[in-house]
Amino acid sequence: MSAVRGGPPAHKSAGPHKSAGPGRPVTGRVLRTPAGAVSLRFHFRSLAAGALLAAVTAVVGVVSLTTGSYQASVPDVIATLFGGGPAGLDFIVNELRLPRLLVAVMVGVALGMSGAMFQSISRNPLGSPDVIGFTTGSATGALIVILLLGGGLQGVAAGAVVGGLATAAVVYGLAFRRGVQGFRLILIGIGTTAMLASFNAYLLTRAALADAHTAQLWLTGSLNGRRWEHALPLALALLVLVPAALALGRRMSLLEMGDETARARGVPAEPTRLALLVTSVGLTAVATAAAGPIAFVALAAPQLARRLTRSAGSGLLPAALMGALLLVVGDLAAQRVLAPTQLPVGVATAALGGVYLAWLLSREWRNR
Amino acid sequence: MSDSAHGVRLQGEGLTLAYDERVVASALDVRIPDGSFTVIVGPNACGKSTLLKALSRMIKPRAGTVRLDSAPISSYSAKEVARRLGLLPQTSTAPGGITVGDLVARGRYPHQRMLRQWSAEDERAVVEAMEMTGVLELADRFVEELSGGQRQRVWLAMVLAQRTGVLLLDEPTTFLDLAHQVEVLDLCWDLHRGQGHTLVLVLHDLNQACRYATHLIVMKDGRIAAQGDPSKIITAELVEEVFGLACRIIPDPEVGTPLVVPLARPDDPRRLDAPSSGLLAADGARRG
Repeated sequence: MSAVRGGPPAHKSAGPHKSAGPGRPVTGRVLRTPAGAVSLRFHFRSLAAGALLAAVTAVVGVVSLTTGSYQASVPDVIATLFGGGPAGLDFIVNELRLPRLLVAVMVGVALGMSGAMFQSISRNPLGSPDVIGFTTGSATGALIVILLLGGGLQGVAAGAVVGGLATAAVVYGLAFRRGVQGFRLILIGIGTTAMLASFNAYLLTRAALADAHTAQLWLTGSLNGRRWEHALPLALALLVLVPAALALGRRMSLLEMGDETARARGVPAEPTRLALLVTSVGLTAVATAAAGPIAFVALAAPQLARRLTRSAGSGLLPAALMGALLLVVGDLAAQRVLAPTQLPVGVATAALGGVYLAWLLSREWRNR
Repeated sequence: MSDSAHGVRLQGEGLTLAYDERVVASALDVRIPDGSFTVIVGPNACGKSTLLKALSRMIKPRAGTVRLDSAPISSYSAKEVARRLGLLPQTSTAPGGITVGDLVARGRYPHQRMLRQWSAEDERAVVEAMEMTGVLELADRFVEELSGGQRQRVWLAMVLAQRTGVLLLDEPTTFLDLAHQVEVLDLCWDLHRGQGHTLVLVLHDLNQACRYATHLIVMKDGRIAAQGDPSKIITAELVEEVFGLACRIIPDPEVGTPLVVPLARPDDPRRLDAPSSGLLAADGARRG
C-alpha cells in the first residue's frame, strides 16, 4: 500500500506579493515582502468581523454621547469633542458622557479578552473569570477596603486588583499538580467562588447600613458616575496588558492542543499558561476595579466572537471588540430603557448577551 | 541530516526516570541509530512511553543525560529542540472548527516568528507533508469530520511539516482498526526508507514491531532487556522472559522478520502434535 495518495500538486508558488493562491492549503491570506523577511497571515473574515464590531460600537457610542436627559445634535457633540461646540455641552459630553463611554469600551475589551484567555486555558467555555472566582475575589478585596479600611476611590480599585490577584494565586496553587489542568482549575475556582461569596455576604451583614449600601452599589457592577479618574488608570493598565495578551495569542492557540503537543512544537507549556493567567487575571482585576463585577461579558463575548469569525485562531481581538460592544450597548440600554431609573449595566449585558448566546447555541444544535 | 560523527543524533546515557517519587526506570542506556526505524516494545507499565518522553524532553530524567546532536537536550531552547526533533504524543486535541490545513500548519510554529508567520518555506513544508501523508485533498475539511485513520495521518502531517530529521511517535496506532494501523506503519516505513528520517515508535504489538523495526528496544520493568536488530534478538526465551508468553518464533511469511506465535495449551484438542516445518509454514501463511 502506498502512503502517497492521489493529491494533485495543488501548490502553486504564491508570487512575491500577497494573494490567496488557489492551492494554498491553509485558510486566511498571506502578505509577504519580496525577500520573505516579513510575512503575515491573517484571516479575512476575522478582520471583517472586527471592523464591523468596531463600527457598530462607534455608532452606539455616538448615540450614547448625543442622547440622555440633555439631547444634543451629532455635529454639536463632535465639535464639543474637539474643543468647540455650544456652551454647557462641554461639561456634559467631555466630563460626564465621554469618560463613561470610554470606561465602558475599555472594561468590555478587558473582560472579552480575559474571557477568551480563560476559556483557552481551561479548554472549557465555562472557564470564565466570573465563574472561577477571580471576580468574586476582586469584590472581596473591594469590600474589605470599603467596609473595614474605609478607603476612597483609589483604595477600592487597589483592593479589587489585589483581591483578584490573590484569589488567582490561591486557585492556581491549589490546582497545581505537575502543571495545571483545565478541569481542576474550574472545580477549584467554583469552590473558591462559593467560599468568597459567603465571606462577602458575611462582611455585608457586619457593616453599618450606610457602608453596606455603598458596598452593595459597588457589587452590582455599574458605570454610573464613571469619570476621568476611573478612565485614566484603566487606560494605562490596558496599555500594558493588551499588548502582552496579544503577544501570547499564538502560543495560546498551540496550548489548546494539549501540553505535550504544544511543547513538542516548542511552546513551553506551564510558563505560557502562567503568563496567560497573570495577564488575564490582571485584565479582569482592572476591569472590576473600574466598574465593579460585571457578569457575563467575559463568558459570552469570546463565544459570540468565535461564531462570528469562524476562526480557530486565538480570537483575542474579536473577543475584545465583542466585549466592548456588549458593554456599550448594555450601558446605553441600562441608562435609557427604564429612564430615569438607572439599571446596573451588568443586568443589561447579561440580558443582551444571554439571549443572543442562547439563540446561537440552540440554532447550532438544531442544525446538527 | 546527521550532525554527529558517530551516526547517533539521539541517545540517552544512564537515565533514571521518575514521576515524583516513583522511579519508573533506571540506568537506561539507549542509542537511536541515525536513519533507523527504532521501535520500543514491552509489556504494559514497563516504562516505554516514559523513555520516549525523556528522549523528547517531555520529562526531565532524575539522573543521566539525553543527548541530541551531541549536546545535552536540556541545553537547547524549546523551539530549538522542536526544530530538530518532532514528537507526536499519544493524545492531542484538535481545536474546534480548525481545518486540516491549518492544523498541519501549526507544525511550523518552531520555524516562525512574530513577523514571519508564513514564509514560502512554511508553505512548501506543509504541502509536502500533506502530500506524503495523503491528506492534501482534505485541506479544507474540518478535523472533527474525519475518521480516526484520517485524523492520525493529519497529526503525522503536522509533525512532518515541522521538518525534523528525527520523529518520535508514541503509540501512533492505538485507537485504530487493523487496516489503519498497517496504513500508518507503512507510512512510517516510507518515511524511513524514502526520506531517510530517523523514527522512534512506541508500539504495543510485538509482531508489528518485529515487522517494521530495524532497531528494536525491548523493555521490562524499567530496564532494557535487549536491543538490536529484531531478527537477531527476538527469541522464544526473550519473549517468555519479557512478556511471560510461551511461544515459538517463525519467519514472517511475507517479509521473513520474526513472527511470534503463542503456543497452544497442552490440552488443546486442535493442537498439531508433530509439527513438521511444512505444516508450520502453511499455518503461518494462513494467519499472515
